[in-house]
Amino acid sequence: MTGGFARTIQTYLRPERLPTIWCQGCGNGIVIGALIRALAGSGVRREDVVVVSGIGCSGRASGYLNLPGFQPTHGRALPFATGVKIANPSLMVVAIMGDGDCLSIGGNHFLHAARRNLDITALVLNNSNYGMTGGQYAPTTPKGGLTTTTPYGNAERAVDIPALAQVAGATYVARSTSYHALELSGYIKRALVHRGFSVVEALCHCPTQYGKMNRLGSPVNMLKLQRDLAVSQARAASMPAGELAGRIITGEMVKPEGQGEEDYTTAYARVIKRAMEQARPVEETHECIPSLSGGYDPPLGKPTLLRVG
Amino acid sequence: MGVRRVWTGNEACAEAAIAAGMRFFAGYPITPASEIAEVLARRLPEVGGSFIQMEDEIASIGAVIGASMAGAKSMTATSGPGFSLMQENLGFAAMAEVPCVVVDVQRVGPSSGVATHPAQGDVMQARWGTHGDHPVVALAPWSSRETYDVTVKAFNISERFRLPVVILSDAMVGHMSEDMEVPGSLEIVERPRPGVPPEEYQPYRAAGDGVPPMASFGDGYTWYTTGIVHDDTGFPCTGHPPTIDRAIRRLNSKVTEDVAMYEEYWLEDAEAVIVAYGSVARWALAAVKGLRAEGCRVGLFRPVILWPFPARELAGALGRAALAVVPEMNLGQILGEVERAAPKDVRVVGVNRVDSRMISIQEIAGVVKEACSS
Repeated sequence: MTGGFARTIQTYLRPERLPTIWCQGCGNGIVIGALIRALAGSGVRREDVVVVSGIGCSGRASGYLNLPGFQPTHGRALPFATGVKIANPSLMVVAIMGDGDCLSIGGNHFLHAARRNLDITALVLNNSNYGMTGGQYAPTTPKGGLTTTTPYGNAERAVDIPALAQVAGATYVARSTSYHALELSGYIKRALVHRGFSVVEALCHCPTQYGKMNRLGSPVNMLKLQRDLAVSQARAASMPAGELAGRIITGEMVKPEGQGEEDYTTAYARVIKRAMEQARPVEETHECIPSLSGGYDPPLGKPTLLRVG
Repeated sequence: MGVRRVWTGNEACAEAAIAAGMRFFAGYPITPASEIAEVLARRLPEVGGSFIQMEDEIASIGAVIGASMAGAKSMTATSGPGFSLMQENLGFAAMAEVPCVVVDVQRVGPSSGVATHPAQGDVMQARWGTHGDHPVVALAPWSSRETYDVTVKAFNISERFRLPVVILSDAMVGHMSEDMEVPGSLEIVERPRPGVPPEEYQPYRAAGDGVPPMASFGDGYTWYTTGIVHDDTGFPCTGHPPTIDRAIRRLNSKVTEDVAMYEEYWLEDAEAVIVAYGSVARWALAAVKGLRAEGCRVGLFRPVILWPFPARELAGALGRAALAVVPEMNLGQILGEVERAAPKDVRVVGVNRVDSRMISIQEIAGVVKEACSS
C-alpha cells in the first residue's frame, strides 16, 4: 500500500467503526477499497456523495465509509436512492447492494432504476449466496451450487447481472472480481462519473459460507479461482460457447457512446421547465364558483376545534 | 379571506400539500387515491417540485423517505393494499426519524376488497401496521375543507416531531366534490435544523424536547443513519440494552405537545354521545340533529386525530353520559379505544357496516334510541 492510498483510506473510512463485522478472508473489504480509490479519483467532495446500502453483509459498508449515507430496508436501496437523487440532483449517489438484496427482493427496483436511467451508481457485491443469514441460495448461485437451502445442488439458473442491466436500460455496465481490484476500481470510477444509471458487478469471494459449502478452499484459493476463471469480453468473443461454461466474463459490457442517453433528472428538469412555461396563474386554473349551500351546515353550538402546536 | 373552490377531498389534499411546501411526491396508481397523484403530476413541476410514479408502493414510500432525507418535504398517497405494502418502510421512517406524509384513502378490505367504496378498516393498520413499538400520528378528515387543513397539519406535525404522519381519508371524502374556502394564509412548520458545525453534529442527539435536529444530505453534514437500533451518532448499538431501551422509548414519547384535535357538539347535557370520525361523522351529526329535534339528549364527539387517540378528551366528553355509540365502517376498530377511555359506568355500543355502503342516519339514530330506552 502506498502512503498516498493509506491517507485516502484514512479519509474515506471511519476508523472508530473498525474492525468490520465481515469474516476473515471476506472479499467485501477489497471491493470497498476499490470503491474508495474510485471515489478519491472522481474529484467529488465527500460531502456531496450519498451512499445508500442494502441489508446483508455488504449492506454494512455504508457505515464504515466516512460519507453521508444510510442503510434502509432490505432490497430497497435503489428506491431510497431515487428519492435522494431527485430531491437533490447535484449529489453523487452510490447504491451498494448485495446480490440477493439487489436482484431477489430488490429485483423490480433494479429493472426500473435502470429503465429510468437515473444518475445513480449501483455497485453489486455478488458473493453467490446470502452470507449473513447463514449461506442460503441466491438468484446468483450457480446451477448445481451447494448452499444451506440447496443441499442437493441448486436446481435454478443464476442471473447474469450485466446482461439483465443491459436489457433493462442501464447506460454503463461492467463486471470484475475481488481478485482484479485495480481493474474493478477503474470500472467503478467510470461508473461514478458517468451521467446515467451505472451497474458494476463485483464478484466477491465468500470463504465462510459459499466457499466452505462448495469446498473451494482458502480465501487465497478462491481468489486464484477468480483469476483462473476470468476471461475478458474480447477473448470470450472468440471462444467456443462450450469453453465458456463456468468462466467469469469481465469487462465493460455497456459503454456510453458520444453524448450518451439523457439521464432522468436532466429529462425531468425539462418537464419542470415546460410545466412552468405552461402554468396559468393559480386564479385561472380553477373556475371560481360562488358558494350555493353556504358550505357544510354549521352546527347549532360553536364547535371547538383545538389547534395543533 | 381565501378563494372558494369546488374540490374533492383528493384535490384539496394535493393542493394543500403544495401550499404546505411539499415538493416531492412518489406514488403508484390505486383507486380511490389516484387523483392525488394526477393532480400533483401536473401541479408539482409548475412550482419546481418533482412527481414520480414508482414501480410499486414499496418503492414509492422509499423514494419519499429518501427525498425527505435530502431536504424535501415529501408525500405519497395510496389505499389499503398499497398502505399494507408500505408498512416496512414506514417503520424505517419512524426509526430513522424522517418526516413524511402518507395519505391512505381507505376502501373496503381485506385484500382487494371493494376498490371504489369507502371503509375505515385501516385505522388499526395505521397504528400498528409496521413491526415493533413505533410512534404514529393519524388524522381523519370528514370534508374537502378539512382534508385541506389536515394535510397542512400533517406536514407540520411530521416536520415538528420528525415522524411519518398518516391521513386516513376514505373513498367518500376523497371523491366527493364540495364547495370550500381555501385558507388565505397558513401556519407552516419546518423541521428542526442543526445549529452546530458539521464536526460536532450527532444526528440523534435529541434536543430538550426529545426531537433531534435534522441535517439534509448535501448541506455539508456527513451524517449516517440506519434502521438498526442506533445511538446518538446514528450507528448501530445492538449490543447495549440500556441504549436500545432509551432509543425506543424516546421515539415513542417524543410527541409531547398537545396534538389533540376534535370537535364536540351538544355535549353539555348529553346522556348519549356518538363517537364518530371521518365521513361517518357527517351522518352521525345529522342523526344527532334529528334526535335533538325529538328531544333526545344526545351529542357528538368527533376525533379528527385518531392516533394518538384523544382518550383524555373523550373521557371528559363522556362525563354525564351513560351511553357511547360508535358508528364505524369496520367491525369496531375505534370501539376498543372508546371502551378503554370511557368511565366504567358508560355503556359502549358499536354500529358497524362492512358491506361497502355508508351507515345511514336512521341506522345510527335507531341504535341510539334503542340503547337509550333499554
